[in-house]
Amino acid sequence: MTALLTIAALEAGYVRDLPILRQVNLSVMRASLTVIIGPNGAGKSTLIKAIAGLVPVSAGTVTLDGADITGIRPDQMGALGLAYVPQTDNIFRHLTIRENLALVLRRVPDRTTRLDELYALFPPLAAKQADRAGSLSGGQRQMLAVAMALSGRPRVMLMDEPSAGLSPKIAAEVLDLTRSLTAQGVTVLLVEQNVKQALRVADHCYILAEGRNQLDGPAAAILSDPMVAEIYLGGKRVGAA
Amino acid sequence: MIGLISYLAFFATMAGILAIVVLGLNLQWGYTGLFNGGVVAFFGAGAYGTMILGGRPEPGQFGGFEWPFLFALAGGVLLAGAIAWIVGILTLRLRHDYLAIATFGVAVAFESIARNAEWLTGGAKGLRGFPRPLEAAIGNTFVYGLCFLAMVMAVLAAVYWALQRLVQSPYGRALRAIREDEVAARSLGKNPTRLRLQSFVIGSMIMGVAGGLYVAFYAFVSPQDLAPILTFQVWAMLIVGGAGNNRGAVLGAFLIWGAWTGSGFALSKFAPAAMQLYTGPIQYILIGTVIVVMLLWRPQGLLPERITQRFTKTASKVGTTSKGAF
Repeated sequence: MTALLTIAALEAGYVRDLPILRQVNLSVMRASLTVIIGPNGAGKSTLIKAIAGLVPVSAGTVTLDGADITGIRPDQMGALGLAYVPQTDNIFRHLTIRENLALVLRRVPDRTTRLDELYALFPPLAAKQADRAGSLSGGQRQMLAVAMALSGRPRVMLMDEPSAGLSPKIAAEVLDLTRSLTAQGVTVLLVEQNVKQALRVADHCYILAEGRNQLDGPAAAILSDPMVAEIYLGGKRVGAA
Repeated sequence: MIGLISYLAFFATMAGILAIVVLGLNLQWGYTGLFNGGVVAFFGAGAYGTMILGGRPEPGQFGGFEWPFLFALAGGVLLAGAIAWIVGILTLRLRHDYLAIATFGVAVAFESIARNAEWLTGGAKGLRGFPRPLEAAIGNTFVYGLCFLAMVMAVLAAVYWALQRLVQSPYGRALRAIREDEVAARSLGKNPTRLRLQSFVIGSMIMGVAGGLYVAFYAFVSPQDLAPILTFQVWAMLIVGGAGNNRGAVLGAFLIWGAWTGSGFALSKFAPAAMQLYTGPIQYILIGTVIVVMLLWRPQGLLPERITQRFTKTASKVGTTSKGAF
């Protein structure tokens, strides 16, 4: 298995000369699900936003399939096969479900076929296609956000806490849905606070703290690592006294 | 009877002109979320531009080129669009209240220029003498008033139709998307900066159309016509009618203009003489009260934004798609 998305020595932040991410390295294998976990303020969301071009990168590189895409403009991301699903406000509440999907499908050549495929993949969206997206439940909203991101048949999906604010049952369903994307050949990079559930569905895991890499490895190994809980809950560095 | 019809025609002509301004603002605020606090600047640009290009020559005064009305109007509209483009590039990075303050400043600056650049704008006394379109051919003042009303209504209908087409198209959908969430829209491949600028310029050009009609109607324009109250009136019209709904925008224009002229008439007729001195301020208070009451009572306006009809129809066949939906 080869890496599709590679992050090398990345530094990024919202304010000049005040990086949140410091020398972060990361590799995401093709058609795999990689999860980034870490305590609050670790820089998880900043990392995914920096990859998506929403946070300025001051050093380091982001490589997609061998091509340097560092600092890509967010509106050009889709054309390169990257899709980003924000944590919140990831749908347009006042537009209908169909309009939400049509927004993205506009750029897809076989959009009529693709819309039918998406409805087949997410039947609850088909049933409510003429309703405003604001009328959907939390889980259905995430489903719509995922469907919108999938519209352009992306190679890589960047997802920022898709289970945030959902009940445990719905959160598990959303993460299972995320997992199922890899079977369709989509590579997923996921940020999650819901550590156990995320590790259950992930192939590989990176732990960030204070904007730096702390640990990484196969998700199953991380899940059984006694240090993880301590790191995740307390923000303590591996090897620190 | 002719007097009453003439008055109603006058009322409807002004309401129609203002409805065009409100439609322009609705594109900016209702559909794109741009808080334009400087409506009068773009209305004024259309008015002064049309007057300078199409007005009669005056000694010592720039302009008075006596261009045919449609060309003069086009020039005024382009001037409004050019100013909006420059202002937009400079200010559209700002959000909501900051954008409102910045654009309000533009309106104040425009009014100040109109008041002081006498060689260009006639200064405080304004510019007068505009050959109204087809006036000489029609001759009769009463009939001409009705014809002018018909022209304004035709322009209003054309602007309404064009905007309905625009907002129901994929372009309009993209505008509504960036109104709701710029980051999400950007991550879905939209370019909010470009869309916001385009919407701002198109909306301002529509305001410029109204300014050109206004100057043709009155054959006069002065800085008095660019008072900040006009901006607040237009905002009240949109808030009352319903932002994000073009029919609401037109309804609001007629309702608020009716309330404005009706209150002025009632105060002059029934209020004590001492109170009549304060007719203007009382009307200002009325407009402010209407805005506050509507925002508290029915913030979505009398005709709220609706699901786009085109999509409601195509989506009625659940599970099937239609090329027309894109």
